[in-house]
Amino acid sequence: MTAASLAVQFLNGLANASTLFLLACGLSLIFGVTRIVNFAHGSLYMLGAYVAWSLTQHLSGGVGFWASMFGAAVAVAALGALIESALLRRLYRSPELLQLLATFALTLIIRDAVLYIWGPEDLLGPRAPGLAGSINILGRAFPQYDVVLIVVGPLVLLALHVLLTRTRWGAMVRAATQDRDMAAAVGVNQAILFTSVFALGSGLAGLAGALQLPREPASASLDLFAIGDAFVVVVVGGMGSIPGAFVAALIIAEIKALCIALGSVDLPLLGTVAFPKFTLVAEFIVMAVVLIVRPWGLFGQPQSIQRALNPAEPPSHAAPRWFYWLAGALCFALAVAPLALGETSYALVLAIDIFIAILFAASLYSLVGPGGMHSFGHAAYFGLGAYAAALLLKSAGAPMPVALALSPLGGALGALLFGWFCVRLSGVYFAMLTLAFSQIVWSIAYQWDAVTGGSNGLIGVWPSQWLASHTAYYWLSLALCVAGLVFLRIIHLSPFGAALRAARDNPLRAEAIGIDRRSVQWRAFTIAGAVGGLAGGLFAFSKGSISPETLSVSRSIDGLVMVLFGGVESALGPIVGAAGFVALQDTIARHVDYWRAMLGFFMLALTLLFPGGLAGVWRRRS
Amino acid sequence: MSLLRIEHLSKSFGGVKAVNDVSFALAPGEMRAMIGPNGAGKTTLFNMVDGQLRPDAGNILLNGKSILGLPPRAIFRADVGRTFQIAATFASMTVLQNVQTALASCARQTTSLFRRADDLHRAEAMDLLRQVNMADQAERPCGVLAYGDVKRVELALALANKPKLLLMDEPTAGMAPAERIALITQTRDIAKHRNVGVLFTEHSMDVVFGFADRIMVLSRGRLIAEGDAEEIRNNPKVRQIYFGAGAEPVR
Repeated sequence: MTAASLAVQFLNGLANASTLFLLACGLSLIFGVTRIVNFAHGSLYMLGAYVAWSLTQHLSGGVGFWASMFGAAVAVAALGALIESALLRRLYRSPELLQLLATFALTLIIRDAVLYIWGPEDLLGPRAPGLAGSINILGRAFPQYDVVLIVVGPLVLLALHVLLTRTRWGAMVRAATQDRDMAAAVGVNQAILFTSVFALGSGLAGLAGALQLPREPASASLDLFAIGDAFVVVVVGGMGSIPGAFVAALIIAEIKALCIALGSVDLPLLGTVAFPKFTLVAEFIVMAVVLIVRPWGLFGQPQSIQRALNPAEPPSHAAPRWFYWLAGALCFALAVAPLALGETSYALVLAIDIFIAILFAASLYSLVGPGGMHSFGHAAYFGLGAYAAALLLKSAGAPMPVALALSPLGGALGALLFGWFCVRLSGVYFAMLTLAFSQIVWSIAYQWDAVTGGSNGLIGVWPSQWLASHTAYYWLSLALCVAGLVFLRIIHLSPFGAALRAARDNPLRAEAIGIDRRSVQWRAFTIAGAVGGLAGGLFAFSKGSISPETLSVSRSIDGLVMVLFGGVESALGPIVGAAGFVALQDTIARHVDYWRAMLGFFMLALTLLFPGGLAGVWRRRS
Repeated sequence: MSLLRIEHLSKSFGGVKAVNDVSFALAPGEMRAMIGPNGAGKTTLFNMVDGQLRPDAGNILLNGKSILGLPPRAIFRADVGRTFQIAATFASMTVLQNVQTALASCARQTTSLFRRADDLHRAEAMDLLRQVNMADQAERPCGVLAYGDVKRVELALALANKPKLLLMDEPTAGMAPAERIALITQTRDIAKHRNVGVLFTEHSMDVVFGFADRIMVLSRGRLIAEGDAEEIRNNPKVRQIYFGAGAEPVR
């Protein structure tokens, strides 16, 4: 590492910090005022890049280039205003989980819309006219365009500062950020304020995406990377704090830059360490550390008012005797089904997928429902179980049944480690930290080629000979799925389950009758991780291969959709939800190209029709 | 020996001394009310005794042992029950399950994964519910109860560990007058019967003067008077804070 490379990387870090700040400050601004965590913020960033690309195809020259950048920002801002007034406005009083799902539905729709309009190819934008060259930094070349970016970040910070502190509109934003209800009570027009804030935040995301175009091509995978980065910056800086977002963007971008500048270094004991590989994980580690030391972020305020909790679910009791007979009869029918269907039936393959999905959804439900912990990263434990099973088989040479039997341990150990941090937080912060940890696991699986096979994953993960037929694997999946469900149900009805629900219903009261809330939640998190890990192990051997896709964010969200789809109030919910989801996915995905967008519209319809959550609907009926 | 002994307790927030060098002692079986105008430091003192706040100075002794710095759940295990100003129960459970959960916690069974919670401590839970007149509603979900009944269930929860000391923050707030007297009468009977010391804060003076054995008056963080109902009524300092100079004694 030379002084020159360090200097160039430092400047590069500053340029990246500007983009990160533009991206994140909009998210922070929107959260501060509306209390909605906009999952689709990364999609707006991506749209900014694509719209800018299209505009630069028609407008040329220096003026045309900058007009394209500005035009993209305005277009995305307009879309943001539309999203707010048509959709989110209806969800301000909805449960947090539903808001997150609605905005996630938008990411699915926008992703497929981008693929439809611009196609799957990456689109390389033009360089900024007049700024295509580079300047000399200690003998190294540094792009002129990046110098412009370095300036843009602080300029936007300054502009926002003036806007927020010197204008009437800014005063209203600050008032609403501090106390939304009070602001409304003194006559702030919420509808206009919220729409304008959402438009501004979206426009900044669009601008960030547009300005990034000369540096990296527009691609349809930008959204999830961008939202991950934006989440981290906002949480580190403090939800709702603009200067916080700036400082956090600076810290994260410079730590990444330092990792790149360090390159591969020989360290005592550890051998050669390739620091550039840490760039993806680095930001999430920063976030985890900050959240533990200051759970509300560097510049944030401690959560003042807890959101009104969801209406209480009906009390849990052991099911009546007839239910056991019915369940037993159903299991028997499922067990003999392969004899009627035959080994080659596609229904067997689909059923195996459903059993695995049910087990995964049930483990997530045990967190989201009785635990009241809204995990957005449960796929991590599914994936850890899958990778543990695959690695035990491939690298440790364990027999397949042993590898599968140990897969829950993979999920449990991960959950034990990450859960310790997560249960220290609640609400949106809990959701974001679980997401962050799942991204860490994903990054490790994606980058650690030597062990995990990197992006290709691991192949040849096949079950033992006697389990290799579809029928045999069907029976194995059915047996483990039922065993897992019974296990979770027994726990739910145990004193431990009661303590968990007590801690969810009323943390203060639970502590006052001697229940250690964090400890109970930590155990529940670990148990859910173990069962999720078993589902992952089953998944690995059913497919014969695994890849980082196994533990991606979309699997976590699929799990949440299954749980919500089935209703969070009933233990049968995840069973119905998972079976319905997989069957629907299988049917639609075979006939429709843009199945993800369909799912997105379906989720939106659900949230708009039942803004109080599906759970409330079932209850009103009963 | 006194059940609860508070020694020179102080707590400041910023520059404000919310509780300033307060000392007192509470005997087993004694009903002691703590009154004072808003901002007198009642809640701060209360939250220090139950472990939610850490005092700046002073000591809190329970049966001669310091409970300073213990978290609320440890103070519960040291035989202190507590009710909240806004009654707190577990809304997704039945009345009976609420009490069973508290009893399971007392028996340190909350790590037990394979027992059936509904089968544990049934008789004992019903017994507690009878004491607070909630036995007939045992199977109702707590989420649908009338507020006065929620307060009763909460009292049963607070009694689950057979406490020697009961801390009650405004036990009758938000209740209708008739219910109020019924609940405090019940509390007094239980306290006398079990020889439990009760420390409570209260705004309604009929409850305070009708039921407390001893009354303490706090003002601006300081304990300015202590005595039985008659003594407090006639204390000129108390009259001055509550009613201004020259006010008539409380009737």
